[in-house]
Amino acid sequence: MNLRKYLKVYKKFLHTSLASELEYKTNILIDLITAIFSLTGSIFLLSIFFQNNGYIGGWKFEQALIIQGIYTILNGITNTWFNPNLAEIVKHIREGTLDFVLLKPIDSQFFISLKKINPSGFLEIMLGFFLLFFCIRINQINLNLSFLTLSLITIGCSICILYSLWFFISTTTIWFVKTWNAIEVLRSFLYIGRFPLNSFSFSLRIFFSIFIPIAFITTIPSEVFLGLSQLWEILLEVIVAAVFLITSRKFWLFALNFYSSASS
Amino acid sequence: MLEYRVEIALWAISGIIPFFMLNIWTNNNLNESINISDIMLSRYFLCAFFVRQFSVVWVVFSFEEDSLMGKVSPYLIQPLNPFFRYFAQHLAEQITRFPFALIIAFFFFIFNPESIWIPNLGILLLSIVSTFLSFLIQFLIQSIVACLCFWTEKASSIEKLLFIPTLFLSGLLAPVVSFPAYIKSWIYLTPFPYLIDFPANLLSGNETNIIGGLSMQILWIFLLFPLFKKIWSEGTKKYTAMGS
Repeated sequence: MNLRKYLKVYKKFLHTSLASELEYKTNILIDLITAIFSLTGSIFLLSIFFQNNGYIGGWKFEQALIIQGIYTILNGITNTWFNPNLAEIVKHIREGTLDFVLLKPIDSQFFISLKKINPSGFLEIMLGFFLLFFCIRINQINLNLSFLTLSLITIGCSICILYSLWFFISTTTIWFVKTWNAIEVLRSFLYIGRFPLNSFSFSLRIFFSIFIPIAFITTIPSEVFLGLSQLWEILLEVIVAAVFLITSRKFWLFALNFYSSASS
Repeated sequence: MLEYRVEIALWAISGIIPFFMLNIWTNNNLNESINISDIMLSRYFLCAFFVRQFSVVWVVFSFEEDSLMGKVSPYLIQPLNPFFRYFAQHLAEQITRFPFALIIAFFFFIFNPESIWIPNLGILLLSIVSTFLSFLIQFLIQSIVACLCFWTEKASSIEKLLFIPTLFLSGLLAPVVSFPAYIKSWIYLTPFPYLIDFPANLLSGNETNIIGGLSMQILWIFLLFPLFKKIWSEGTKKYTAMGS
């Protein structure tokens, strides 16, 4: 019953925000070109790294492309859901319209993190999938059921971690009001996800697995693709994702206690 | 500007991508193939960080917001081109960012004490000039894009498109010397390597053509400025006040 209500509400969200975004059709085209350019640029950068070396951090060029593919998919998801909603949260808090959200007979976190959608991110997600399929062919990966479930689980966990990170930062808006620059910091750290974790020095590797779990976001799913991942890594990723989701939920509820509206 | 100290500090941190790239380069001994020593490469990326800090431009985002909110109308009545207002904002923020950039450089030297160096005064002055010229080029390009707001409302997505070649070709992520030959053959004709690669090479003491670089920067400014004037005068004729 409850789930059906939420599904129904989500359908309405999709409908309204798609309708408003499709008003800017040229924008979507420009965003597509941007996504293609951006992918070309990072492959170009990778090719510079590999021009005189066969391996970077133990990864071959063809293998490192898998990381690019997963990164592109995750970036597309960020641009489709996390980024536009975050902009809304900041606006809600600055203008005090969060009051109206809190008064609605629906979970505030659900409303606030899924209200908006930016369709141009879909193209980026598709681009990432194309690259992944290409990688599956050039790396001669056998598609079987256990591989598919494992890769779906790990990518799903990555999405959860990524969502929690974004939602965590948007929640801090309640205290700091302006969080654009914190987002820029997160973005620049996430940029690291384009490269295999092993290509960094030991201290950075530790930093990126403990403080900001970028290691989990792209490297582990890519290892699953190559059949290199250990079971404990996958289990650890599931645990980290669960901890992040629960903490972000708890943090939102905690932060709401400090919300003191604006201009009303 | 001092009101937003935390923000500016965060922004300074968000510019540390060059350091991550440096880590990849040195950790995999990639620099051996391009004949740059570890120390010179770390100086290069530190300088790239500095140049980037003092040449970041966001005028298109400010202008887009102002134009969508209808704030541009009162600016247009004033006898001063509104872009001077944004220009002054950018300069003020660069000055506030200076101490934070110094702190980051300080930490960088703690971790890499062997890369400490003191550029001589002439080089320092020249690189400040070329960083400022790089800022001017980017400011002009973005102002031209910002003027497209008069036609399309959402000019910032065009800016995001233009940012991609700037990111990959300017030398922020990899020095232009390391690019493959088929790119190097034409890249020096575009404005990109003069945005970060040239000033950073100059400041870090890597090999570069000082006179050629400076004159290309000035040439690009002379090319872009009339274009901006033209598009601004065309745009203001098309201007329809929004939200008022």
